[in-house]
Amino acid sequence: MDGSSEKAPAPRNVLIVGVGGQGVILVSKVLALICQRQGLEVKQSEVHGMAKRGGGVFSHVRFGPKVWSPTIPQGEADVLLAMEWSEGLRWLNHMRRDGGTFIADTRRIIPPFAFRSRKHGSQSAYSSQAPREVMEMVGSGYALDASKIAADLGEKRAANTVLLGVLSMALEFPVEDWREVIAETVPAKALEVNRLAFEAGRDWVETTRAIPLAERLKDLPGREAEAETLAPVDIRFEITAEWCKGCDICVKMCPERCLRLNDRLVAELTDAQACTGCRICEWLCPDFAIRVQRVPVLEPVA
Amino acid sequence: MDAKARIREQDDTDDAGAARAALDTVATRPMIGNEAIARGAWEAGVKVAAAYPGTPSTEIMEFVGIFPAGDIKAQWSTNEKVAMDVAIGASFAGVRAMTAMKHVGLNVASDPLMSQAYIGVNGGLVIVVCDDPGIHSSQNEQDTRMFARFAQVPVLEPSDAQEALDYTRWAFEISERFDTPVIVRSTTRLSHTRSPVTTGPRVAREPLGFNEDPVKNVIIPAHARLAHPRVLEREAKLAAYFDDPEFTRWEEGDTSVGVITVSTSYAYVKEVLPDAATLKLASSYPLALDRIRAFCDSVDRVFVVEELEPVIETALHAAGIAAEGKAWFPRVGEFSPENVREGFRKAGVLEAVAAPEPWAVTPTMRPPVLCSGCPHTTSYMAVRAVEGRVAGDIGCYTLAAVDPLKAIDTCVSMGSSIGNAVGLYKAGQETRPIIATIGDSTFLHGGIPPLIDAVYNNANITVMILDNHIVAMTGGQDHPGTGKTLRGDETHRIDFEEMVRACGVKSVRTVDSYDVASVYQALREAIEYRGVAVVISNRPCVLDPVKLKGSPLQVRADGCTACQSCMNLGCPSLGWSDEMLDGFHKITIDESSCIGCTLCAQICPSDCIRPVAN
Ligand SMILES: Cc1ncc(C[n+]2csc(CCOP(=O)(O)OP(=O)(O)O)c2C)c(N)n1
Ligand code: SF4
Ligand code: SF4
Repeated sequence: MDGSSEKAPAPRNVLIVGVGGQGVILVSKVLALICQRQGLEVKQSEVHGMAKRGGGVFSHVRFGPKVWSPTIPQGEADVLLAMEWSEGLRWLNHMRRDGGTFIADTRRIIPPFAFRSRKHGSQSAYSSQAPREVMEMVGSGYALDASKIAADLGEKRAANTVLLGVLSMALEFPVEDWREVIAETVPAKALEVNRLAFEAGRDWVETTRAIPLAERLKDLPGREAEAETLAPVDIRFEITAEWCKGCDICVKMCPERCLRLNDRLVAELTDAQACTGCRICEWLCPDFAIRVQRVPVLEPVA
Repeated sequence: MDAKARIREQDDTDDAGAARAALDTVATRPMIGNEAIARGAWEAGVKVAAAYPGTPSTEIMEFVGIFPAGDIKAQWSTNEKVAMDVAIGASFAGVRAMTAMKHVGLNVASDPLMSQAYIGVNGGLVIVVCDDPGIHSSQNEQDTRMFARFAQVPVLEPSDAQEALDYTRWAFEISERFDTPVIVRSTTRLSHTRSPVTTGPRVAREPLGFNEDPVKNVIIPAHARLAHPRVLEREAKLAAYFDDPEFTRWEEGDTSVGVITVSTSYAYVKEVLPDAATLKLASSYPLALDRIRAFCDSVDRVFVVEELEPVIETALHAAGIAAEGKAWFPRVGEFSPENVREGFRKAGVLEAVAAPEPWAVTPTMRPPVLCSGCPHTTSYMAVRAVEGRVAGDIGCYTLAAVDPLKAIDTCVSMGSSIGNAVGLYKAGQETRPIIATIGDSTFLHGGIPPLIDAVYNNANITVMILDNHIVAMTGGQDHPGTGKTLRGDETHRIDFEEMVRACGVKSVRTVDSYDVASVYQALREAIEYRGVAVVISNRPCVLDPVKLKGSPLQVRADGCTACQSCMNLGCPSLGWSDEMLDGFHKITIDESSCIGCTLCAQICPSDCIRPVAN
């Protein structure tokens, strides 16, 4: 059976993604209003819940003469609008391979999760792929620092409207409709800056389009130079038991919570793996009973 | 604009006539499913609506709250059972009544539901239940259709926002016509998808008056024995009623495959198999089997596409109808066009298509975290420091179960923590101090009976009530401890200390959640106390009802020893700076998100976190 023989033309799909608090839902509501003005059926689907607690937010917007599924099937987003860099990467596979447009703010919002490893020499776990390599791989679309464009206009918070300007160039709705809907949606006192931000987004696309991709890539941030890997160290926790009076300051203050008082009320290390060698206990011990040493691991002799 | 903003705005308009006219206009505009349900209830002339918040159902009652109080009495109740009982009471009084809850809320409210299924209704009684397939924010993905079958009450399952409005109105008709409570079942996807809805005017209802019929209203054994056969008759009558082209909608199409579907699954079926003959049900229970049989006879192969449990499929098999379903479509998780398409591929209905090689990218994990300055943080720092065995509960604070706080050992259901702690104590195996931690709203929801139980049975446990003055997890609703009603009116405010003492607790202490040393000290003393001790950790949530923002702090880089102590808080404003010390990252504070709670400064062993110098 041929599942693709729809009667009505297939809907167009715009996937808008970002982080809680960035205004993903607001941007998708603006888009939905514009679609409605064209007399199209619109479905806009989001999942509330954990969004406010710093999690990722996504909103599926589908429009056309008839829309069935509220969500965009994987690989069918005509436009992927990412308001945060890594969130764009998360949803990249949702974008159409034939002619999908990737619009991404290069802004990075780094979650606490990326700083979780406390080990000596740890690096942040934020996505390592930089705009230059991703845009080269994807081959089309736009990566821009919308926050900077907005900040140059004097209002960092208008970054969303810059992105709407970029989006307006990727969809075929009359520009007047965009201008009117934005004017209706933003607060009156922010009208002027948002109007400028919208036009700035459009101008940016106009200028950028004229530049060949290879040229454009040069201006994008590339992968950060790999941080120098530190020589591995062994951590040694040593305590002079006679000097320890069991005050338990080190136990309370250990950031990794890997110290305790033993039966004789002397501090000891409970989990050598957890100890990062930060030396807080050494510094805080009023009786200088603790020494934390970082001993280089010697290469085995061949 | 969200519902809460609209309630506030409505308070400011004095032009009641214009507002009224605007409400009554027939218009088409986009709404999320939850707003459509609220609108449907209002149009149906509902007089009383009560709910306890729970994602994805919360907005229903918030939207009900935007209609004039003269039309609908809308309220937050202390829990789902109370909300259900309030709605039942209103139905007894002869007016239309509604309650709304998330799927697990129905577990709490199931006792009155099971009785009311026998008693029936006077004024129409509708129970809106929102399931959460895919477990976006819940503790399980139970299927409410099983509950409907269990309670033997009909369940209506809209597939989009328009149907959400229409079915809600219709549910009241069914309720009164067949003398039964009716469940309207939504899902996360329907509740939170915006699509166009055409509204209608409100049809005000004449109250029916109390029906003085003890044989019906008083469910003692003698009366229940009379009622049960009526329930079975009702089931048969409802099945016959659903045997109608409008309710069991037969869409002609290619007869090589026939699809029986319901709820939002219908949208996915139309997306991936638009040409197949389709039977779209309005309800999974009871089923119009004659019509379904005729449909099945007209096609070569029958598929049942239903999210979660094989409710329809099992009923068809029991009726001797051959139908395929869960062999191809998942029984866990949320449906999507992808997995419905995949099911039809596996079944040989659609051709397999090679998927392109996925892009090689590694997005950053971004699990939800407690807010910058969340007052729950300190409570769990203290709980960790005393190395307790911690029975947790449900709310924002459940996030303390994961890195970096990692301070919760169990989490079961709303209010379970205190009872669990009693059990842990009675088992006599625990060497650590036993601590139950429970939010303010959760305590009022289900924490009071177990606290009485703990005192009554001489348990030696510590209970920490995390009073952040709001129901935070579900987006900031009021509760009896906030002193405000759903419509924002002032009301009696529960005093937690008084309440706890009245339960018989002798050791009660309230501390400021932002005072790390006091919280720790109070917890230590509570643990030392033999018997039930309660510590109330008190500070408003930073997000609701008002977003708090104080002047930010900063890290003096020259003093930071890169020990990472402050990172134990998990505050999202704290991050690594580019500067390193001996292979460790120094810390920096994001000034735009830091609210200045000072928790990190209180923890910092080098005292290098200070107010931003201006
Ligand atoms: C039976 C049931 N009803 C509702 C919910 C939804 N829910 C999860 S947490 C929560 C309230 C938590 O409020 P509170 O205890 O005050 O903690 P806070 O989120 O404010 O920290 C609710 C209503 C649920 N999980 N189970
Ligand atoms: S919403 Fe309130 S309770 Fe929830 S994490 Fe944020 S500050 Fe804490
Ligand atoms: S003061 Fe510290 S803990 Fe509080 S919000 Fe700011 S960075 Fe986070």
